[in-house]
Amino acid sequence: MTKNKVFPAPIVDPETQEYWDAARKGELLVRHCRSCQSPHHYPRTICPHCGSDDTYFEPASGLGHIYSYSVTRKAKVPYAIAYVTLEGTDISMMTNIVNCDFDDLKIGQKVKLVYSETEGDGPPVPTFTPV
Amino acid sequence: MSINGKAYIAGAFEHPTRKAVDKSLAQLHAECAKGALEDAGLTKNDVDGYFCAGDAPGLGPLALADYMGLKLRHMDTTETGGSSYLVHVAHAAEAIALGKCSVALITLAGRPKAEGMATGTAPRDYGASPDVAFEFPFSPVITNMYGMCAMRHMHEYGTTSEQLAWIKVAASHHAQHNKNAVLQDVVTVEDVVNSPMISDPLHRLDCCVISDGGGALIVVSPEIAKTLNRPLVKIKGAGEAPKHQMGGRIDLTYTGAAFTGPTAFAEAGVTPSDIKYASIYDSFTITVLMQLEDLGFCEKGQGGKFVSDGNLISGSGKLPFNTDGGGLCNNHPANRGGMTKVIEAVRQLRGEAHPKVQVPNCDLALAHGTGGSLGTRHGSATLILERE
Repeated sequence: MTKNKVFPAPIVDPETQEYWDAARKGELLVRHCRSCQSPHHYPRTICPHCGSDDTYFEPASGLGHIYSYSVTRKAKVPYAIAYVTLEGTDISMMTNIVNCDFDDLKIGQKVKLVYSETEGDGPPVPTFTPV
Repeated sequence: MSINGKAYIAGAFEHPTRKAVDKSLAQLHAECAKGALEDAGLTKNDVDGYFCAGDAPGLGPLALADYMGLKLRHMDTTETGGSSYLVHVAHAAEAIALGKCSVALITLAGRPKAEGMATGTAPRDYGASPDVAFEFPFSPVITNMYGMCAMRHMHEYGTTSEQLAWIKVAASHHAQHNKNAVLQDVVTVEDVVNSPMISDPLHRLDCCVISDGGGALIVVSPEIAKTLNRPLVKIKGAGEAPKHQMGGRIDLTYTGAAFTGPTAFAEAGVTPSDIKYASIYDSFTITVLMQLEDLGFCEKGQGGKFVSDGNLISGSGKLPFNTDGGGLCNNHPANRGGMTKVIEAVRQLRGEAHPKVQVPNCDLALAHGTGGSLGTRHGSATLILERE
C-alpha cells in the first residue's frame, strides 16, 4: 500500500455543478444522450457524439476496468494515473488508482469507485481502487 | 484546389543556443527571423505575411510585428502546440496561393530551460479549458500521458522497452555529429532501459531534451523562389487535424497521423515508400513509433519491429529519421518540436545536412508534428516536401 498524493480541487462551473454536487454525496454521474442513446465523458450539455441537446445525468455503477495506466515515479509522492472504462459502457475516464500496490496494477484489472478528498473545500474527485 | 507546387520554403534557421539566460523571448524570435531571412537572401522589408503560435509573447503577431518592425498584409496564429509550425507552412502556402501574401515568415522561440520549467513532470495550466476539472486533479503530466499510450501499445501489440530504446539509439547516432546538440554521446539500448524510470514505461532516455532557442522558416511564392540563389524546396502536400477523446471513447493506440498522413500523401501524389527522409516528432520514443505506424511506414502494431536494429539510422537503416538528433538528443525549443522537424527536412532536401548523416539524392522528405498530448487531445500535422 502506498501513500496517496494530494488532489487539487476541481473548478466547478455552471455546466457541471450537478456532477460535482453528486460527487459530494459519493455518487458518480455519467452524461447520456436520449437522441443517440450514448453516454459520454467529461459531461457536456450538448452530446459530442450526435450534437443533440437532449442529454441527462445517470448514476454509474462505480465499477470498471483499467484501460491504461502509468505510475509516475518521479514525483514528490508517486501516483498511478489511469483511464478506467466504466462498466457497461464504451467510455473511459481519467482518474487515479489509489490505496494499492502500484507494482501489482495491470491493464484490464477490475476496479471500483472510491472518492478522494481534495484540497480546501472543493468537492471530492472520483478515483478507483482494485476490486 | 491544392497547395502542391504553390509555394516554396526558401529560408530556414535553427537558433544555436540551447540555454538562453541572457536573451529575451522577443529577441529570440527576432534572431530566428533574421537568420532565416539571411538564409533565404531576403530582408524583413520583403516579409508581408507572419505566422506564430502560443509561444509568442503578448498578442503574438501584434507584439512581434511591432518589435521587429514588420509591415504585414496577412497574419495567422493557428495554435496546435508543437505541431503549429507545420500547420503554418501549409497555411502560408494557402495564403500565397490566394495572393494574400508572397513572403511568409514563421517563428518559434522559448526559454523553458532558463525559466527552470519542470517540463515533463509538472501539470500544465491550460486555463479555462472545459476538460480541466475532469483531468487536472489527477495530475496528468506530459510523461504519464505518453506513458499511458506506451503501456496500451505494449499491451495490445507486445511492443517492448528495448524496441522503444532503438529510437533513442538512432537519434544519438545522428546527434554525435551535431555540435549544437544537447546530448552528443551515442547510447545503447541498455543505456536507455537502465536509465531511471520517469513514468512507466518511459525511462529518462525515452524522453526528449528540454532546451531554449527556436527557429524560423521563410515560405515564398514560386516566382520569388526562382529569383533566390537557393535550392528549390517545394511544398507538395499537407494534412492537419486534431485527435481527441471522442466523448470518452478513448483509444490510445493511434495518433492524428492516421488522419493527416493519408491527406498529405494524397495531395502530394506519393506514398510512404517514396519518402527518402522523415522528420518525425519525437517528444518521446513512443511518439515516433506510433506516428511511423499511422503514417503508413509499417503496419499498425509492427512499429517495434520496424524501429529495431538501427532501421532509423542514416546510412544503414531503411528510413533515416531526425538526422539532426531530433528532440530526443538535439533540441526541443520551447517544448515544441515542430519547427526543428521542418528545418532538418529542408537541410536534407538541400543537401545541407551534416555529411555523415546526409541522405544521398534526397529529393522527397516528410515532416510530421504532434502538439498537445497523445494521451488526451493533440494537433497533428504532416508536410511532404520535394527538391525541384
